[in-house]
Amino acid sequence: MRDLQANSQFARLTHAGQHYGPDVTVASEAKADSGTVHSMSADRVSYTLDSTLETVNNAEETAGRMAAEAGFDDEEIMKISMAVREAAVNAVLHGNAYDPGKKVTLAFERTLHDLVIVIRDQGKGLDASKIPDPLAPDNLLKTSGRGIFLMRSFMDVVEIHPSQTGTELRMIKHVHGNPADSKEAPQ
Amino acid sequence: MTMKSSTRQVDGVTIVDLSGRITLGEGSVVLRETVRDLLSKGQKKILLNLGDVNYIDSSGIGELVSAFTTAKNQGGELKLLNLTKKVHDLLQITKLYTVFDVKDDEAAAVKSFTK
Repeated sequence: MRDLQANSQFARLTHAGQHYGPDVTVASEAKADSGTVHSMSADRVSYTLDSTLETVNNAEETAGRMAAEAGFDDEEIMKISMAVREAAVNAVLHGNAYDPGKKVTLAFERTLHDLVIVIRDQGKGLDASKIPDPLAPDNLLKTSGRGIFLMRSFMDVVEIHPSQTGTELRMIKHVHGNPADSKEAPQ
Repeated sequence: MTMKSSTRQVDGVTIVDLSGRITLGEGSVVLRETVRDLLSKGQKKILLNLGDVNYIDSSGIGELVSAFTTAKNQGGELKLLNLTKKVHDLLQITKLYTVFDVKDDEAAAVKSFTK
């Protein structure tokens, strides 16, 4: 089941029969400037999610929708949604280990130039330095360990901030030539 | 879209037609069980047709690697057929494209298996 339903800007979440509103939403501001309507300067929404496989699928789909709204093309949307899927897998599977008592928070922020995505878990803290290079010849045939590599391949910035209370993973994709803006411009 | 799998035999080679997504959860499990089942029956020449696989994540990549090494360790051969651009690109950036034996013509792929 794909649960995250977008409204005009951001989503509301219904999950396993429950309804969650976004934790934080800063409404977009459309400012007229010399007859041109600009896109939002700062929009942010975040969700608190269970540590389930369903969360992984929902995070991926929501990221795709956010990326589309931010004006990315199909290939970039695929990359962003896949990076978020990998981050969600890390949080749910490796961070929280499917613990029903632990939550994943997922936040999207659209700035003028970037789509910023933050995923936080309540696990023991990921030590990225201990993840072996998946491209090393000895590691090519390993069946895991490619998630962080794929995130770094698909996003412009990937920061991993581990702590004793969990890991915060912050990813940024720069917006180039936002077609959504031009579509809104008056003819 | 969940993953679907069906098998057919061509000149001693088992072609597995996969469609959908190979991702953490159901898709990866379907692939794992399909390959395990074939090997247990002694069908060790396996051609995975990925022509209708439109999405694969790191878990799915891991499952492909696992299928490849499991078949090899049991004296079998596992090859890939008809990669979509997305899957092709993923195997390229993970440097797995040269690890797998990748084919784009079914008849030629079938003939390429050891007799």
